Amino acid sequence: MSATPVSDAVKEASMLKQKEMIAANYEQLATARETGRKVASTFVPGNLNELIMCFDMVNNLPEINAIQNGMRKKSGGYIMEAEKRGHSEDVCTYVKADLGSLAKGSLGPDGRPLPEPDLLLLSYTGCFTFMKWFELLRQQYKCETAMLHVPYEGEGHSSKNMRDYVVKQLKEEIIPKLERASGVKFDIDRLRENLRESAKAEDDLVWVLESAKHKPSPIDAYFGGVYYIGPIFTAFRGTPDATEYYRLLRQEIEQRIAAKLGPITPDGEMHEERYRLVVEGPPNWTSFRDFWKMFYEEGAVVVASTYTKVGGVYDLGFRHDPDHPLESLADYCLGCYTNRNLPSRIDILEKYVNEYEADGLLINSIKSCNSFSAGQLLMLREIERRTGKPSAFIETDLVDPRYFSPANVKNRLESYLQMIEQKRSGATASAAVA
Amino acid sequence: MSTTAEIISRCQTLFEDLTFSYAREWKAAMPGRSVVGYMPFYVPRELIHAAGGLPLGILGGGDQLEVIHGDAYYQSYICRIPRSTIELGVMGRLDFVDAMLFPSICDVIRNLSGMWKIMFPKVKSRYFDVPQNYQDNVGGEFYINELKELRDMLAEIRGTDVTDEEIRGSIKLFNENRRLVREVYAARMKQPWQVPSSEIYLLMRAGMILAVEEHNRLLGDYLAAVAAEDRPRRDNARVLVTGAFCEQPPLNLIKSIELAGCYIVDDDFMLVNRWERSDVAIDGDPLQNLASAYLHNSGNTSAKYEPDQAKKGLYLVDAVKRSAAEGVIFAAPSFCDPALLERPMLQSVLAAHGIPYIGFKYAENSGQMQPIREQAGTFADSIKLWSDQ
Repeated sequence: MSATPVSDAVKEASMLKQKEMIAANYEQLATARETGRKVASTFVPGNLNELIMCFDMVNNLPEINAIQNGMRKKSGGYIMEAEKRGHSEDVCTYVKADLGSLAKGSLGPDGRPLPEPDLLLLSYTGCFTFMKWFELLRQQYKCETAMLHVPYEGEGHSSKNMRDYVVKQLKEEIIPKLERASGVKFDIDRLRENLRESAKAEDDLVWVLESAKHKPSPIDAYFGGVYYIGPIFTAFRGTPDATEYYRLLRQEIEQRIAAKLGPITPDGEMHEERYRLVVEGPPNWTSFRDFWKMFYEEGAVVVASTYTKVGGVYDLGFRHDPDHPLESLADYCLGCYTNRNLPSRIDILEKYVNEYEADGLLINSIKSCNSFSAGQLLMLREIERRTGKPSAFIETDLVDPRYFSPANVKNRLESYLQMIEQKRSGATASAAVA
Repeated sequence: MSTTAEIISRCQTLFEDLTFSYAREWKAAMPGRSVVGYMPFYVPRELIHAAGGLPLGILGGGDQLEVIHGDAYYQSYICRIPRSTIELGVMGRLDFVDAMLFPSICDVIRNLSGMWKIMFPKVKSRYFDVPQNYQDNVGGEFYINELKELRDMLAEIRGTDVTDEEIRGSIKLFNENRRLVREVYAARMKQPWQVPSSEIYLLMRAGMILAVEEHNRLLGDYLAAVAAEDRPRRDNARVLVTGAFCEQPPLNLIKSIELAGCYIVDDDFMLVNRWERSDVAIDGDPLQNLASAYLHNSGNTSAKYEPDQAKKGLYLVDAVKRSAAEGVIFAAPSFCDPALLERPMLQSVLAAHGIPYIGFKYAENSGQMQPIREQAGTFADSIKLWSDQ
């Protein structure tokens, strides 16, 4: 085993900071009715946090609640509850975990009830299911709903028409509804200030993600990466807290690079980096730690992942721009990973495999998520063809424990790593012959 | 005059021909012609026609196509239509198609648009987006620009601009097509024993293949033939079938529902044939007219956002009333996000209006019809025996 167990785990400053931030947000949600704060429910991709903050609203994210319930082993029961109520076994388990949780009183991770939203802010970005999810929630809550339709980048890029359309919707649909739900008048300078703050955090986030180009990588950009993206993908982008979090995180990783340390895992530091992988697709949340352990026990580090781009692709250069506030929000939404067409997603993966000097691509295909999963087998073939590196395919689910088969996943991962070994020894043998 | 049997026999031949001989011959008949494939649920076929093209509906491979290659591209939990569509492509059955359009219906078809670009790089392909905002100056403007981009792509295929006059001419023809389609549906609503749904289905599927001019003639002929024949009336329950707007049910499934004692009096099998509920305006800017029809005068399906919660699902209640249906059958393809996510919402609306329903799933290659027949038969019996209506 390459990770050293830590009996007395020391939390790093960034971890403590994030924990405080999340607790504070759930506190705001739990006390929203007492404090009079209005609540907006919205999604991670195309999340308009900077805009929501302009209206003093608290941000509640059903996907994150589903993840939290998955990690706390509660989602399985919620999903079955939703299925009992007529939801098909074939559809997204985030949706069913959320609806099942709602049927059971909708408790936050702190055990306190989550408030009903005053506004459902449906940012329809990169996922068809989002639209149905919020229609289902609207049926329950009967509250105001604002729909932001973000066109799909079918041709591999956004167009002026798409951008103008999103900006117009922000002006004519989203902002008026936020004003109405919150009772606060929109102030564009406040939005600019929030966006300025976002850009600072985004710079540091990109630096952190790109630190995985070092050998050994100081981070795991998938399992660790989901913690790193937490603040910027959720209720904190545009806050000084998020800026501070990424500053702290960057400092810690700078130290790890200087000390030539590998990533921190739940069992302590990983010492030997044996395999460098790129991963496509979201992780499984119900067995998250077991899943991660299968990797670090083998010395496998994820050096780049696409899931950490689902709430915004920053490493290709995009930053929120206070000088073009609404246009910048439009560009952000349009450019989220799953809103990009398949050829663009393949280009990104190829770039990652090459630039991060990875041994290959691993796809974690998620039963629930057609937005990610449909087409992944072609992506796999294309990446193998373009890079000459081996790829592998495993199947799990987001928050449905019935679809996580540890023995199968472990078996496939081990076979894949053996394949990489064989490829390496083949390459060494060829070099020796030459 | 042709009989219904002769007309339907022709439709059946077109339906079963997975080499698309008609479209191949149509294209070969005149230089400069093109064929543009499209998937459900909607594309503005008028633009393809105006550019001298044949709009060719691609609705998967049905139950007669053995899918081998297509399965290698998809996990077990993805529906079947993209697999069989890829099979059609890989096997060269679509090698005469100049361009493919993938409408905004779900993530699977959306991603298929990108797969097509990679797998068939010489074929023009486009994801065709439609607005989910229905304000003229917002969603309307966006849509007009999308239509312009599509028009320009089609003009590039032809090599010359597509004029407004050409588009107006096409709108006229498709208005006639929609009028005839509505007439056929109305005839079935009125006398479903005279107009069996297995026939209507094939007649409408023919509209996915034939040139609009020819389909118009066929629809007219069928209406005349129906009027000239007398068919026995059965004591069947009147049902509406919904949820089958993308991957199509096997023809046997439709026949099984009918044999189980149901008259299908409305359905959503091929929405594109009657998406616009009345004529698209001819005068003025044709793209604006198409956009306006989409925003303000089009049908409903789960791929289309309903901004008003109070109206959610009422289109189905209205359809039930309009067709005097006594119950609703939710028939959806397995793993179909749009139909299956929508289903509980629609069912709660039906329940609130006291409309009975049942639901099941199928795949385009489902072979075992006995369970469907039993379920539909029990539903029909329950309507006949216990319904208040």
